[in-house]
This record gives sequence, C-alpha cells and structure tokens, in this order.
Amino acid sequence: MLRDITIGQYYPADSVIHKLDPRTKLFATLLFVISLFTFRSWAGLALATVFLAVLIRLSKVPLRYMVKGLRAIVVILLITALFNLFLTPGKVLVEWWIFSISYEGLISAGKMTVRLIFLILGTSVVTLTTTPNALTDGLEKALRPLNAIRIPVHEVAMMMSIALRFIPILVEETDKIMKAQIARGADFESGNLIKKAKNMVPLLVPLFISAFRRANDLALAMEARCYHGGKGRTKMKPLQYRRRDAVVYGLVLVYFAGMIAVRILL
Amino acid sequence: MSIILDHVNYVYSAGTAYEKHALKDISLKIEDGQFIGIIGHTGSGKSTLIQHLNGLIRATSGAIYYNGEDIYDKGYPLQKLRGKVGLVFQYPEHQLFETTIFKDVCFGPKNQGLSQNEAELKAFEALRAVGLSERLWYQSPFDLSGGQKRRVAIAGVLAMKPEVLILDEPTAGLDPKGRDEILDQVVRMHRELHITVILVSHSMEDVANYVGRLIVMNRGQVMFDGVPREVFAHYQELEAVGLSAPQVTYLMHDLRRRGLSVDESATTLEEAKASILRALQVGSK
Repeated sequence: MLRDITIGQYYPADSVIHKLDPRTKLFATLLFVISLFTFRSWAGLALATVFLAVLIRLSKVPLRYMVKGLRAIVVILLITALFNLFLTPGKVLVEWWIFSISYEGLISAGKMTVRLIFLILGTSVVTLTTTPNALTDGLEKALRPLNAIRIPVHEVAMMMSIALRFIPILVEETDKIMKAQIARGADFESGNLIKKAKNMVPLLVPLFISAFRRANDLALAMEARCYHGGKGRTKMKPLQYRRRDAVVYGLVLVYFAGMIAVRILL
Repeated sequence: MSIILDHVNYVYSAGTAYEKHALKDISLKIEDGQFIGIIGHTGSGKSTLIQHLNGLIRATSGAIYYNGEDIYDKGYPLQKLRGKVGLVFQYPEHQLFETTIFKDVCFGPKNQGLSQNEAELKAFEALRAVGLSERLWYQSPFDLSGGQKRRVAIAGVLAMKPEVLILDEPTAGLDPKGRDEILDQVVRMHRELHITVILVSHSMEDVANYVGRLIVMNRGQVMFDGVPREVFAHYQELEAVGLSAPQVTYLMHDLRRRGLSVDESATTLEEAKASILRALQVGSK
C-alpha cells in the first residue's frame, strides 16, 4: 500500500556512485543543481543531459525506480509549466480569449520542466545511492565549520539521521495499523473530505502513540549508552576520501566549467 | 463452510532489488470448526498467508474461495468478508484508539453498519467472551496492563461475530501467566462460540497442547500439515529449519533411547505422564 514512497530510500547496488564519499556526492549535487539554472542554450541542456545520463547509468539504479519519485512533483511541474507557457510575453503562436501562448513561453515552459525533472533525478541519484547515515555523516563533516558560529552541527545531523531512519519505520507502522483497522471494517477511501478526515482518527491516534513510544524508547536507549551530544565524540568509521573521490571532484569541476563556458560563449 | 486456497503465490516488491517470493504455490483447505496452528520461523510467510485469508493482501496468482465463492471476483464484498474472517494482528493492543474500552470494541460492529444498540450488544458479548472484568469496560484502554489490552483488542475483532478467528502471535510479549490465560481463553472461545480458530505462532509449546491440526511453514511453502503428533514425529527435520518440537517430544525420545518403552508421539504433558507411568508399571512387573 504505502511501499511506493521513494523519498529517502536507499537502493542497494554495487556501483562506483555507491562507493563515493558522501561529501563528494553532496558537492557534485550542489554544482549540478547550480548548473541546471545557468544554461540558456540547447548546448548547455545537452551537456547537462549527458552528465545526468552518465550518472544514472553508473549508479546501476533502474531508471524506472527513479522516475517513480517524480510522481510526487507532477502537480508542481504542471503549475510551473502552465505559468511559463501562458505568462511569457513574446511572439504569439496561439491566442484564445484571454490566453495566449508565445513561442518564448513554449520554450521556457519546456526548459523549466526539464530543469525540475533533472533537479529531482539528480538529487535522487544521491539519496538512492547513499544510506541515510552516510548522508548525514557527510553533511555533518562538510558543515563542521559552522560550529564556529555556534550552530550545533552534530545535533542537527543526529536529528536528521533519526528522522530519516524513522521514515520507513513509521511508514511500515502506518501500513500495519491501517491493515488492522481495515480488518475491523474501517474504510479509509470513500466519503467526502470531512468524513475521510474523521475516518483517519483510528489510524492517527495509534500512530501518534506509537511514535511517542518509539521516541521515548530511543531516547532511553541513547542515554543508556551515554550519549551526550557531539562534544568529544569520535567516529568508528571516519569518512575518508579516496582516489575515486578526487577523480569525481575533477570531473564535476570540468563539467561545471563546461557549463559556464557554454553559457558565456553560446 | 470452508476456506480454500488454490495454488496461491505472492511476490513482494516485484521487479526491484527487494523482490521476495513470500508464498510459493500454497494450496490448503480450512474446514469449518477446525482449530489450526500455523507455525513457522520469522519470515516463513505465515503472516503473509493469513492476510490473504481476509483479502488484505491480494495474491499475485492463484485463487481463494470462501464458502465456495471466489473472493477475487469483481464485486465480491471484501468488507463483509473481513467481518466473517476476523484477523487479530500481532500486538493488537497497538491499534486501540477510542476513549473507552467499550467504544473501541464497538468500532468493528459499527463499521458493519449495525445500529448503536446492536453494536453495543455485540461489544458486550465480545468483552464477556474474552473474560474482561466489567468494571474496566468504561476505562481508557491505555490504562490497562499488556494482557488486558490484548483481550480488548481480541474482543474488538470478536465483536464482528466472525466465523473464522485468526490470531497472529497472540502471546507475543506476554509473561507465562498472561500467555496461558490468553490461550485458555482462545480454546474456550473455540469451544463455546463454535468458530474456526487459526493460531499463528513460532512457539511449538504454545500450539501443541491446543490445536487439532498443525501447518508448518518454511520459506513460503507448507512443509508439514497434519495432526500435531504426526508433525512432531519429524522433529529432526523441524530442527533443521530452526523450529523445534515441544520439550515433551525430546524427553520421550530420550527415554525410548534409554530403554523405556514409552509412546514417543505424546505431545502434551498429560499424555507423557500417562505413558511414562504405564511404561514403568510394565517394567516393574
């Protein structure tokens, strides 16, 4: 039922991308996202497409699996595309009542849609190939300088990793409670909005209770193991750059430079 | 009145890295009024199997018939089926949500479309049947002990007047006393309400004393299906898949090996005692 949610879900496979240091992947994503909003020309788009295609290919995650994640943003995609389509002034192609579609609007709607799709695909390559723990480890280490301005980086990272860790647990729990209530004749599908909301009570009450119970247990377990925050804490498996990370940093920088060159030259 | 499973297969997350063939070609017939134990290791597919029986999970292939009707037929009233085949999940107390115990037990019958009065009557009977003291009925379910909560949750399903009651690990996490109480209660319900009971467990001791038929699941398949003494005769094969026969079976086999002519197929303490005493008498004569 709820197993289709792909956000924050790790897809196990044995690929180069999986093995990269999470910091490398975060850096590459950052540059990729920026690069998506720099291109104007078709050449830039082509370059970004090639880069993304290579990434997806290398990650060994089935494309079908990634595209599933796009379903969540279909509405946003549609709204963005429509706004661009109708509200961009320029050479008019079609006109009907107060609506008009310009050539420029068509182009910019297309580009914006592609940008957003690439954005989601690019970032999901990272989340699908990196375990949530590795991701927060990477974030923690990459953001460590912020400690200097009194941002509790470790604590934030810990909260993030716990939150991520709990997504699948709570999804499973929801699934279980839902099934149990359906077995008692509950109906979560039919009825109008108010009725539907009311029907959620048998699901939400047990879910909240369970979430609190789990949070309580977890806090107790952490305390029992002397957790006291990030001060003086070391890692059992500290992150370490390898040669492939250097290579990827290089390639990503070359790609980024290429995108900028294309933007300036073309 | 029966449930028939005809070559049922179920595959989880088909086509992804998480693909798992949870049920492999299961064919079973569950007769009216039987008391069945389903035993299996964690991940053997027993929980998946029972969720097929009330249509919560749809088989990837194969058919399931309830009283002769195909439950996958278009227009088959699945919601009604769930009233007929009552499923009590593991840790059912985690699904309690109402402000009072009585209201919570009314939830099922109300979903069946019964009036307030009828629902209350059903809840009344169900709470009686699980043996929960009347002075607790209007308290919050969250104030109860673990064993009591579980009774309330079982009553919540029982109130729908199911013809088949399926209990998934009803004794998990209970102390020995709570475990015996729940199991005795289940036996009483089977006898007094004349319903089919399916008890899912991974503990042989739990089911050996109670059930009339034992189905052993392993890796999504039915490994053994028969009366407990037949099944326990294969205790070595059971061990090979990480299960075990009741302690009594081992004792009897050991005694036999040491020359006492006892009946190895005894499954309960009582039978074992009788058999040992008999063997000793024969020996001393």
